[in-house]
Amino acid sequence: MLVQQLANGLFLGAVYALFAIGYTLIFGVLDILNLAHAAIFMLAAFVALSLVGFGFPLVLAVALALVFAGLLGVLLDRIAFAPLRRRNAGTLVPLISSIGAAIVMQGIARGVWGPDEHRFPSNGLSTAEFHLGSLSVGALDLIILAVALALMGILSYVMRSTALGRSIRAVAEDRVAAALLGIDIERTIALTFFIASALGGAAGILIGLQYNSVSLEMGARIELKGLAIIILGGMGSVTGAVIGAFILGAVETLSVAYVSSSYRDAIAFGVMFLILVLRPAGLLGKRALRAA
Amino acid sequence: MAILEVEGLVAGYGRIEVLHGVSLRLQEHSLCAIIGANGAGKTTLLAALSRLIPIREGRAIFDGREITHASSHAVARAGLVQVPEGRRMLAGMSVEENLLVAGEGAGGRTVGADVAAMFERFPTLAPRRALPAGSLSGGEQQMLAFARALMAHPKALLLDEPSMGLAPRLVETVFDLIAEERARGTSILLVEQNARKALALADHAYVLERGSISLEGKGADLLGREEITAAYLGEATP
Repeated sequence: MLVQQLANGLFLGAVYALFAIGYTLIFGVLDILNLAHAAIFMLAAFVALSLVGFGFPLVLAVALALVFAGLLGVLLDRIAFAPLRRRNAGTLVPLISSIGAAIVMQGIARGVWGPDEHRFPSNGLSTAEFHLGSLSVGALDLIILAVALALMGILSYVMRSTALGRSIRAVAEDRVAAALLGIDIERTIALTFFIASALGGAAGILIGLQYNSVSLEMGARIELKGLAIIILGGMGSVTGAVIGAFILGAVETLSVAYVSSSYRDAIAFGVMFLILVLRPAGLLGKRALRAA
Repeated sequence: MAILEVEGLVAGYGRIEVLHGVSLRLQEHSLCAIIGANGAGKTTLLAALSRLIPIREGRAIFDGREITHASSHAVARAGLVQVPEGRRMLAGMSVEENLLVAGEGAGGRTVGADVAAMFERFPTLAPRRALPAGSLSGGEQQMLAFARALMAHPKALLLDEPSMGLAPRLVETVFDLIAEERARGTSILLVEQNARKALALADHAYVLERGSISLEGKGADLLGREEITAAYLGEATP
């Protein structure tokens, strides 16, 4: 029972992590909270769903939806953040403009897909299950976990060992110093938005597949959790976000199993509150992104 | 021939105008010093030339190209590279990553070889390559700040108070390094509080006073002038 719940927590945590990484990357580079991140998460799931509906193979539909999410993130930066950045608008004004962008995206999604919950066509999804002792695991869950871990692995490699990752970390660390070294700040920010939004979109698609449900409300459900995760992990820290996401995933599934599903969020947020009382700056500070 | 020409440059922050029409020339392969009191606008001048702040009036021409409205990274890639005041380490990134990111930022094609060359030229940095730049001592950080700028193969360097906060022995090392870099053919615009050392080294020098050039001349000549001795070298006239 415990092992089963921890396995479920792992599947949930992996998807939370993808979502939270995008949040924390943008915070690390720009010091702003992008509250439109959850709207991109939701739109990517809808786009993947529609592409599957048009007859695209699932893998291709997911890949195209990820690119869509990334480009949407770049567009979001151009419209909602870049003009404010040029005017040195601080961090509070972009927060408001990201809420505005989220409302617009939510409205577009409602107009295109309607208010109802959608499901992926069942023929494309595997329902196979594997059994290992008392542990039972769905093939789909395993694929989702593998995809999430692979994306995190790629991100970790990019951030640590490529010119792009180094330039993102340099801009996060000191934008002026980076500019003096010849780094194109605006281009680096655009690429950060692409990566962050594609990861957020991946989380939306994977959660849509995991629960076989895509709806307008799915963004709102994960938004506060994502925020709590990155605060728990330490704002701007990618590793912290991953750790925080797995803690939240595990606490949620365990509280459903051992207490009651109605207390799930109360217990999850209670545990996070306790951790933050002990470590007010989060598990890992902002430096962690910069050191990757 | 001048590699950098500045004409009537006006710049500032917000509503405050700091520089009121500064004109100067940096000759190729030479060292030009700018001295002046705190708040005279020395750092603002370098910020404007690196395009960190807008140039409101006047123009700047570097290596035959107008950079008045260029972006910061374009100026650096054109070969006009600033070593900023306070060194501005990418403190959480390793020493080696600081060099790599500088070479990559400048669009270098020989980044790996350049990093190796820097570790050869600055041997104190080599054993610390994997350490966070923030863990280096002040002198080591200044070496890294130099090495980082040199990764761009600059035609000209803008140096902002390179000796600030360093022990006397290290100040010598830094000035030796500046002289060495000029001997290699790099043009240097040096902003310094340490006016005596700067003037002794400079081919040409300007005195910046409340946002305007008040005096210019050969470095050695300015060193002998009474008003300079009194105002910037901290000595009463004999």
